[in-house]
Amino acid sequence: MASSQNKATHWQRTRNLTFVTLAIWFFFSFFVHWFGAELNTVSFMGFPLGFYMAAQGSPIAFVILLFWSTRRQEAIDQECGVAE
Amino acid sequence: MEKGFINNLPRIYGLYTGGFLGFIALMAVLEQFGVPADVLGILFVTFTIAIYAAIGWLSRTMQVDAYYVAGREVPPLYNGMATAADWMSGASFVAMAGGIYFGGYGYLAFIVGWTGGYVLVNSLLAPYLRKFGCYTVPDFIGTRYGGNTARLLAVIVLVVASFTYVTAQINATGTIAARALQISFEVGVWFGLLGILLCSMLGGMRAVTWTQVAQYIVLIIAYLVPVFWMSNAQDFGLIPQFSYGGAVERIGELEAAAGVGQLMPSESFVGLRALTTPHAAASEGAFASWQFVTLVMVLMCGTASLPHILMRYFTTPSVRDARRSVVYSLFFIFLLYFTAPALATFTKLQIMDPNLATGIIGKSIADVQSLEWIQKWSNVGFLAISDSNSNGLLEINEFFMRGDIVVLATPEIAGLPYVISGLVAAGGMAAAMSTADGLLLAIANALSHDLYYKIIDPEADTRTRLIVARILLLIIGAGGALVASLQLSSILGAVAWAFSFACSGLFFPLVLGVWWKRANRQGAIAGMAIGFLAGSYYLYHVRFAGGTPLLGLDHLRFGIVGMAASLVAMVGVSLATEEPDAETQAMVDAIRIPGGDTVLDQTH
Repeated sequence: MASSQNKATHWQRTRNLTFVTLAIWFFFSFFVHWFGAELNTVSFMGFPLGFYMAAQGSPIAFVILLFWSTRRQEAIDQECGVAE
Repeated sequence: MEKGFINNLPRIYGLYTGGFLGFIALMAVLEQFGVPADVLGILFVTFTIAIYAAIGWLSRTMQVDAYYVAGREVPPLYNGMATAADWMSGASFVAMAGGIYFGGYGYLAFIVGWTGGYVLVNSLLAPYLRKFGCYTVPDFIGTRYGGNTARLLAVIVLVVASFTYVTAQINATGTIAARALQISFEVGVWFGLLGILLCSMLGGMRAVTWTQVAQYIVLIIAYLVPVFWMSNAQDFGLIPQFSYGGAVERIGELEAAAGVGQLMPSESFVGLRALTTPHAAASEGAFASWQFVTLVMVLMCGTASLPHILMRYFTTPSVRDARRSVVYSLFFIFLLYFTAPALATFTKLQIMDPNLATGIIGKSIADVQSLEWIQKWSNVGFLAISDSNSNGLLEINEFFMRGDIVVLATPEIAGLPYVISGLVAAGGMAAAMSTADGLLLAIANALSHDLYYKIIDPEADTRTRLIVARILLLIIGAGGALVASLQLSSILGAVAWAFSFACSGLFFPLVLGVWWKRANRQGAIAGMAIGFLAGSYYLYHVRFAGGTPLLGLDHLRFGIVGMAASLVAMVGVSLATEEPDAETQAMVDAIRIPGGDTVLDQTH
């Protein structure tokens, strides 16, 4: 059974990871698309960049973000001795 | 089903996929031998539904945890596929590409919102709710906050949001069944419902899980095959999703030449639209940006509050597997969502580019009207051509169609064989059925577990509970089919409303239940009731009472108003009343770590 010290550290680290994840999520969900019209003046692989980010860029970022953060969370659970 | 079944999943679904591909090949051969297209359509739809029904029958159960949470033994990869099928509705499958075709850049908010919502599900809710060990979403609310009022409010929000959604799904199954089986729409709706109930009645969540995996395989094959085929036949590249940038650019040139956005239609046809929005151009200014991000916000928070999605993560063996399931879910959903804009782009290019053999804009009206696909789809009212300015040429504002055509008719526009059209019908059916299954089960489970068992009759034995659950499933399904058969377009056009209803009432009570220990019963009750009422009133105000939208928040975005009210009410009331007791706070501590026992018993 994990000590209460471990549990506190675990929650601290889990919270920090969640904040980082949500900051990246916020960037790709809202920040990028706020400037959709401006980004569209840039061309990326033939796409207008604003269109590309909404059609592909952000969804790809979300998939990678989830793979990364889930891996990090599993490591945190292991290191703090609270994994199942 | 025992351990052997779970261990054999790769083989079982591998065989199933191979069998389905073999079936497609057989249909292609039959087509060569002159079997008519109608018969192929009937074979595709009946064959796949028969398979789902067989899986539903094999998964029948009389055990509570198998019925409610599939025995908590679904491996993450399969739960990811099941969630993807649960998630992607008839609307995603049939209407999304069409939405992008007509809506252009602005519609891409749906792609961003419906993928990014899973980041919230994974970071804020799924693993914690799995650790809680609940059967339903109101089960979490009712236990975390305590008391029947909170539980009942959660049930009400769940039922309103899910029922709004499910009528649209039953409507979609009816439409597809009617067209594929050549029966009337009213009969098609009841036929669709029969298929849906066959999958879920006997085995509850367990049956729905294993049919949804089968349905995902059908729907993703049906969506991707035509796009890959078309792209390779027309030299857009091997993996079209990454190489359609040139096509987007070309559309920009063609749109300027054709006058998209300048030439407005002078006639109108019921349910049909002419293209008036540029494909890739984003409107400038803060207001347009605000509209885009508020829609993204509502869709994301709605995703994280919709019970039929959250309850899928209750079915995994562990908290870690719940997390992994979310990642797989997003990946499997992403496969379809990043294809949809490519499909919309190809279709638009084929219709607009005069250099392509398929191009019709700028051609003579008489030539276009003699095309087979134009005739076929005009006959069923999906398409209309009218020479408004009588110059004998088809202009962009003289070509009207329904968005659904982009997915349904593209194989014909591109000249693919009929077997592909049959496959697409089976895929659309799978998408609509799997979502309807998940939604009906979410509603029936909340009513049977939370309303009947937890509130009305806590003494009920297992047998009674499961029989009540099934009777409710029948009643709600029939209610949904009845509403769908009335074809009230104001309800059916409202899939997006389900997201706003769900996030207005449930987002903050769920998230703060995990992330804020100080959140208490009074706060949660206020958050649910005020959020839901404020959102609903605002919807009524802007949609039906003719009110002016506040800050451009129209009826698609009413969840923003609901969520704001919910947050203020919940935090305010929580802080004004006493903090939760030690037992509740310990419960919150317990769900924050993956190890150890679940808060609620395995069977409760």
